[in-house]
Amino acid sequence: MLKYIAKRIGLAVVTIWAVATITFFLMNMVPGGPFLSEKAISPQATAALEAKYGLDKPLLQQYFTYLTDALHGDFGDSLKQRGRTVTSIILMKFPVSARVGGVSVLTALLIGIPLGCIAALKRGKFLDSLISVVATCGIAVPGFVICTVLLYFLGVNLKLLPTMGLNSPKHYVMPVMALSFYPTAYIMRLMRSSMLDVLGQDYMRTAKAKGVSGFMSLFKHALRNAVLPVITYVGPMLAYTVTGSFVVEKIFTIPGLGGEFITAISGRDYTLIMGTTIFLATLIVLMNVAVDIVYKIVDPRIQLK
Amino acid sequence: MKPDTFSFQLKLNPEDFLPATEEEKQSQVVMRESVSFWKDGMRRLVKNKVAMASIAVIILVMIFSFIVPAFYPYSYKQQIKGSNNLAPMEYSQQEQERIDAGEKVFPHIFGTDKMGRDYAIRVMMGSRISLLVGLIATGIILVIGSAYGSIAAFFGGWVDLIMMRIVDIIYTIPDILLIVLLSFALKAPLGSLKDVPGFGWVGVVGENLISIFVVFALLYWVGMARMVRSQILMLKESEYVTAARALGVGNGKIIRKHLLTNCIGTLIVTTTLQIPSSIFTESFLSFLGMGVAVPLPSLGSLASDAINGMNTYPYLLFIPALLISLIILSFNLLGDGLRDAFDPKLKN
Repeated sequence: MLKYIAKRIGLAVVTIWAVATITFFLMNMVPGGPFLSEKAISPQATAALEAKYGLDKPLLQQYFTYLTDALHGDFGDSLKQRGRTVTSIILMKFPVSARVGGVSVLTALLIGIPLGCIAALKRGKFLDSLISVVATCGIAVPGFVICTVLLYFLGVNLKLLPTMGLNSPKHYVMPVMALSFYPTAYIMRLMRSSMLDVLGQDYMRTAKAKGVSGFMSLFKHALRNAVLPVITYVGPMLAYTVTGSFVVEKIFTIPGLGGEFITAISGRDYTLIMGTTIFLATLIVLMNVAVDIVYKIVDPRIQLK
Repeated sequence: MKPDTFSFQLKLNPEDFLPATEEEKQSQVVMRESVSFWKDGMRRLVKNKVAMASIAVIILVMIFSFIVPAFYPYSYKQQIKGSNNLAPMEYSQQEQERIDAGEKVFPHIFGTDKMGRDYAIRVMMGSRISLLVGLIATGIILVIGSAYGSIAAFFGGWVDLIMMRIVDIIYTIPDILLIVLLSFALKAPLGSLKDVPGFGWVGVVGENLISIFVVFALLYWVGMARMVRSQILMLKESEYVTAARALGVGNGKIIRKHLLTNCIGTLIVTTTLQIPSSIFTESFLSFLGMGVAVPLPSLGSLASDAINGMNTYPYLLFIPALLISLIILSFNLLGDGLRDAFDPKLKN
C-alpha cells in the first residue's frame, strides 16, 4: 500500500513537471509580453522591468531559474500586480473559490446520491421518470444559462437574493445553485445506473435470502458498491470546482481564483499563470491519487499495483 | 407392452431410431432471416419514442439553421435603420408606414437587437455555427481519439504506458489556458494565411474558431482515446484477431478492419454524446468572448451579448439559451437511445 502510494506520488510529480514545462514554453511562444499594454512606458523602462524580472535572459535559463525557485517554494512576484507575490495572491483568492466550490460539491453529493438511489429503487415508477427527466435536462443546460436565468428571476425580478459579492450566507445561494446544477444531475444519473447494476447482483439476493433487513442490505451491500463510480467522478470534479468557475465568478462578481486566472492569461502575467496552473495541476493530480486510495478503502476487492 | 415403472432397465423405442422424413427435416430449418447488426439496432432505435422525437428536433433545427436562412428576407449582418430593439413581431415606424402604403414587410419574429439586426436570422445563423462546430470538432475528436486509443491498446506494454501517461498529462492542463494562449499564438500566422490565395476561407471562419478546432484536436480527444482503448484491450484477445494474425494480416489492417469495426457500437454512442459536449464547450467559449468573430453569431455569443440588457430585453437572452439547451438535450437523448439500441451489453 505504502509502496503504491509512493509510486503514485512519484508519477504525480512527473505529471506536474510536464504540465509546468508545457505551459512555460507555450506561454512564451505567444507574441506580446506583460509590459506591452501599458502605453506610457518608454523602451528603457520596459527593458529595466524585464531585467528586474529576469525576462531578458535566454528562455532556457529563465526556465531553469523558475524551476529552481519553484522547488524552493518561491513562485515569484506577480508581474502585473506590483509588490505582491504569486503565493499571496493564490492564498487570498483560493479560499473564496474553495468555499463556494466546496459547498457546491457537498450540495451536489447530498442531493445527487439520495435521489439517484431513490430513482433506482423505484425503477419504472413515476418518481423514477421524474428524477430521470430532471437529471437529463440538468446535464443539457449550460452553466451560463443557469446563471443568467437564476439572476433574472431570483435576483432581478423577485429581488429575493443579492446578485453580487459574497458577504452573507444569502450571497452563496445563487452561485452554489449554478455551480452544483450540472454535477448534481450527473451524479443522479451515475448513481441511478450503478445502483441498478448493483441491485441485480447475486450477493444482493443472497443477503435477502439470509434475512438481512432491507435497510441494512441497502446501506452495507448496495450503496457501498454503487458509490464507486461517483467517487471517480467527484475527485477531479472537486479539484475543478474549488479552483473556481470563471463563468460563475464573472456573472456573480465573486473575487475568486478562476477570474484571476483568466485576467492573468490575457494580461500575460507569466508568473501568475505558472503559479495558478501548477496549483490547479497539483490539486487535480492529488485528487486522482486520493480517489484511488479511497477506492481501496471502500472496496477491499481492488488490488493496487 | 405396459411399461414397468419399477424397472431400471433402459427401454428404447425402436421408432425413435427411424430416419427422419423430409417433413420433419423441414421443421428443423430456421426460416427466420438473419438480422444484421445495423438492422437489429435500427429496429430497436425506431421503437424508442424519445430517441425518434430527438431526431425530429435535430432535423428541424438543422432545417432552420441551414436551409431557411437562404430564403429569409433579412441577413444576419444587415442593420435595418430605425428598427433597433424591437420586440417580437413589432414593426418600426418606417416599416409601419410602408405597411400602411400597401407594401409587404416581413415581420421580425424574434424582434431585433440593439444594432437593428433581425434576431430570428441571427439565432438561425448562431445555431448553424454551433451545430457546425459541434459536428466538425466531434469529427476531429473521433479520428484522433480512436486512432490514438487503438494504437495504445493494440501494442500494449511500454507503448501503452507512455501513451496513456501523455493522456493523463493532457487531461491535467487547464483547457481555458490553452485556448486563450493558442488563440493569441495563432492570430498572427492565420492573419497572414488569410491573404494567401486559396486560404480566403480563414478570414471568413475567423482565427478564433480555427483555434477552437485546434484546441479540440489537441485536448478533447483524450476521453475518446480512453474509451476506445478500454474496448480494444478486450477485443484484441479475440480469436479472430489471432486468426487474422496467423493469416499474415498487418497490424494496421487488423486495427482498422477487425478491431475498430467491432467496437462501432461504442464509437457511435460516444460520438453522439461528444457532439453536445462540443457544442457546450463552444457556447461557453463564445460566452467568454473567445469564440466566433463578430459579426458572425453563435448561440453562446448571442446569449453573452444579451446579458447586459437582460432586464429590458429578456427574450434576447432566453431565445438562444433555450435553443442551445434544446439542441444539447436532444443530442443527449439521441445518444442514450443509440446506446440502448447498439450497445451489445444491453441487448437483453
